[in-house]
Amino acid sequence: MQPNATITPSTLSVKDLPWQILWHKDKCTLCGRCTAVCPVNAIELGVFRKRRIKVSLEPRGNPASSFDVYHGIRQKTDPAYACVGCATCSLVCPNDAIFPMRSDEADKLRFHINRGGQPRSRGGRRNVPGGILDQIKFIRISMLTDPALDAGRHEFELRTLLGRVLPPEQSLKFLNENGWIPPVREIYPLLIGGMSFGALSPNMWEGLQMGVAYLNEELGMPVRMCTGEGGCPPRLLRSPFLKYVILQIASGYFGWDEIIHAIPEMVEDPCAIEIKYGQGAKPGDGGLLMWHKVNKLIAAIRGVPPGVSLPSPPTHQTQYSIEESVAKMIQSMYMAWGFRVPVYPKISATSTAMAVLNNLTRNPYAGGLAIDGEDGGTGAAYNVSMDHMGHPIATNIRDGYLNLVKVGMQNEIPLFAGGGVGKGGNLAANAAALIMLGASGVQTGKYIMQAAAGCLGSETDRCNICNIGRCPRGITSQDPRLYRRLDVEKVAERVVDLFLAFDTELKKIVAPLGRSTALPIGMSDALGISDYYAAQRLGIQYVV
Amino acid sequence: MCRLFAMTSETPVSPMIALEAMDVMREGHDGSGVGLFLRDLGGPFEEIKDAPILSGIFSEAGLRRLDAFMMDIGFMTKYKITIKVPKTPPPGVPKRDIYLIRAYEYPEEWDDYPKEALYDKLLEIRLRLRAMGEEKHDMIVFSFWPDVIMLKEIGDPLQVAHYLKLDRKELHARVIMAQGRQNTNYAINLYACHPFFIQGYASMTNGECTAFTPVREFLLSRNFPGYSGYQSDSEVFTHILHYSQTRLGLDISAYKHIITPLQDAAIADHPNEDLLKQLKHSCRRLIIDGPNCVIGCLPDHSLFMVQDRKKLRPGVVGGRPGRYAFSSEICGLDFAVPDRDKSKDFQPMHLDTVIVGPERQEVSICSQTQPLPLLH
Repeated sequence: MQPNATITPSTLSVKDLPWQILWHKDKCTLCGRCTAVCPVNAIELGVFRKRRIKVSLEPRGNPASSFDVYHGIRQKTDPAYACVGCATCSLVCPNDAIFPMRSDEADKLRFHINRGGQPRSRGGRRNVPGGILDQIKFIRISMLTDPALDAGRHEFELRTLLGRVLPPEQSLKFLNENGWIPPVREIYPLLIGGMSFGALSPNMWEGLQMGVAYLNEELGMPVRMCTGEGGCPPRLLRSPFLKYVILQIASGYFGWDEIIHAIPEMVEDPCAIEIKYGQGAKPGDGGLLMWHKVNKLIAAIRGVPPGVSLPSPPTHQTQYSIEESVAKMIQSMYMAWGFRVPVYPKISATSTAMAVLNNLTRNPYAGGLAIDGEDGGTGAAYNVSMDHMGHPIATNIRDGYLNLVKVGMQNEIPLFAGGGVGKGGNLAANAAALIMLGASGVQTGKYIMQAAAGCLGSETDRCNICNIGRCPRGITSQDPRLYRRLDVEKVAERVVDLFLAFDTELKKIVAPLGRSTALPIGMSDALGISDYYAAQRLGIQYVV
Repeated sequence: MCRLFAMTSETPVSPMIALEAMDVMREGHDGSGVGLFLRDLGGPFEEIKDAPILSGIFSEAGLRRLDAFMMDIGFMTKYKITIKVPKTPPPGVPKRDIYLIRAYEYPEEWDDYPKEALYDKLLEIRLRLRAMGEEKHDMIVFSFWPDVIMLKEIGDPLQVAHYLKLDRKELHARVIMAQGRQNTNYAINLYACHPFFIQGYASMTNGECTAFTPVREFLLSRNFPGYSGYQSDSEVFTHILHYSQTRLGLDISAYKHIITPLQDAAIADHPNEDLLKQLKHSCRRLIIDGPNCVIGCLPDHSLFMVQDRKKLRPGVVGGRPGRYAFSSEICGLDFAVPDRDKSKDFQPMHLDTVIVGPERQEVSICSQTQPLPLLH
């Protein structure tokens, strides 16, 4: 830009952007891979004019100047093309000549990414690293009074139950009298949370399903995966592997025409039905699949025309109150599968969650409650919803569990916790903490994308462009040129790796606490934290 | 680690046998306390089997309050044992005013009460006395039940026994349970001492229940007044036993299926698959964990022993028809029943429940893999 040129309010320099591209002229081979691969076209081939000054060595000789050009990389400063820091350029560079560096101060871009009056939307999680879960320690270590168990050699049964568990008296009575006992699934306490076919690429989805099938069929780990709101591929609906799948129905009912029509042809019942009322990442907001990602396949599975954005309404529109909605939908869903499949709602963590739970205690069909905290991930949401809306999962789960204890129904309505589990990479520790606070199991999606497919997204706002279908890893893209980067078999392999590693870590946590016969749900005496007020609030020990 | 000893005998025997057996095993406890449970009593109590006996420790003021309270309800003293103790207690044993063992006559208007109502009343009175005692620190109540005497005190078991002169005819009993404490707390609360008792069910445990917190939460939320206390994690074993028998109507062979259920694969192969699955699901909150050997006594005077899922604590059962003993260590058994066939001694493992019934003729063993009797 010329120094005397007009600037607009949104004219930014490279310094104003969150990421600056560092490029080494001497290393660059000008191969062009980086510019080709950049998902947001932040860089382009640059032609740079350079003045060369030649100073004469003669005593009275005059200096001369000449002009030269060289070619290289230029970073765009238009807010629409700002670098997202994914570093795919570095990944493809043969000479390590380029990589993005985070700006040393808060960027100015944030004030300008609402052009056309459209606030920023993105994918990923709340842009706040850390959290209370990582601060919780396991302090009740078995020493001499009761020996610690051997995580490697003792037998463990770390399963959980999904579905309405009857009180012991009723359970035996119904068994004797041939009464209806609600279906209950014995499953692994770490579930793959709802990520839809559509939000995820076909390769990613297939990889996850293959990994889950392998864990079940070959390793005997009853791992379950939720479909998210986007239907389920027709062949999977008609395959025996459906029993490893939790079908989600949400406010847009996408894909349910296909599912309902497939019921007569199903050879196995699905594991469960999850009715999504809310999502931790964007509470009070519906699902959103941007038009970029709605190709023919997605459109066919969801039963919609291709190329249109698919915003689900924030609530289920067919009922006028949540209580009625829950009661009616839960019962209709039970009926669809002959009362053989557990049905449970999923809500976003909120200060009103206790009212929902209270309602469920009086609904004999509710098969559980999944609560998704503010640190949950999403494929697309407004930045303001992700960063500022929502409720932390720890207190919501703890309050929920203690409320159930008050009415003597703890674990009868299993609580599943989600939202930020494994955010700092400590999946097993976070899961164990939530379980000991009262969760029957945990759901995670983001960690699975990170560990099984190399998702680059972070809580310091790296990448996070799942919404535009340009995922540099091919995880959340519907563009075959991008998703073919993802090897289905390798994703499956990583899913297995991460579950096996999680299992070992979970044992390494519970064995020293002297637990192995059952999942230590609500074992709050094992937990400690060095934050006094958090300890008081969660009813765990304050330790320093 | 604590030491446990229990005995069931056709003829009433002195509790000293149990306490001497405890002394033989003294390397396993630190002499910090002793608990004694006597049932199916001989001596004078033989004649008044139905009269509820109150056992506890009282101060002079507490006794006056007790008398006023019991009179008020209409209970009349029928028989009492007076324990006169020397002026100075042995080292480590606190000075107490009165060790009380007193049988009562029911109030007249209770004559028509059905048994269940009577049992609930007895429990209610024990809990009220306990609450009164906790308020003014003048009474500690162990049991209030027909044909049951309990005694607990801090100190070395044998020294305490001599001090309280337990070798007296009035205390002879056919069922005796005793525990020698290994102290794990600095201040000893007698309510934390084993054996524990509720409405005819008693148990004592060696080991720590690592699942104590969730199990306690479940029991507390049953809205049953007797499920309270929990000064010791081991009290939950007694209450789970009571819950499984009185509320669920289950047999003793199902007890282990509740506290340490089979793994899913084993349940799938079990003839009672449906029942065990339901039990495992609905009683998941009662699953115990950690190293535990539990010895218990049922209202019909059966004694039983079960181990935790990994069998991390010692325990042996042996004897001869007419007299059987349950002991933490074989040396305790050798002391109490030397004239037995040692080849028939049995150390229950992770799947076994060992029961000696009220006839005291044999040791019956049931494994969790065996079919269960039908539910009533």
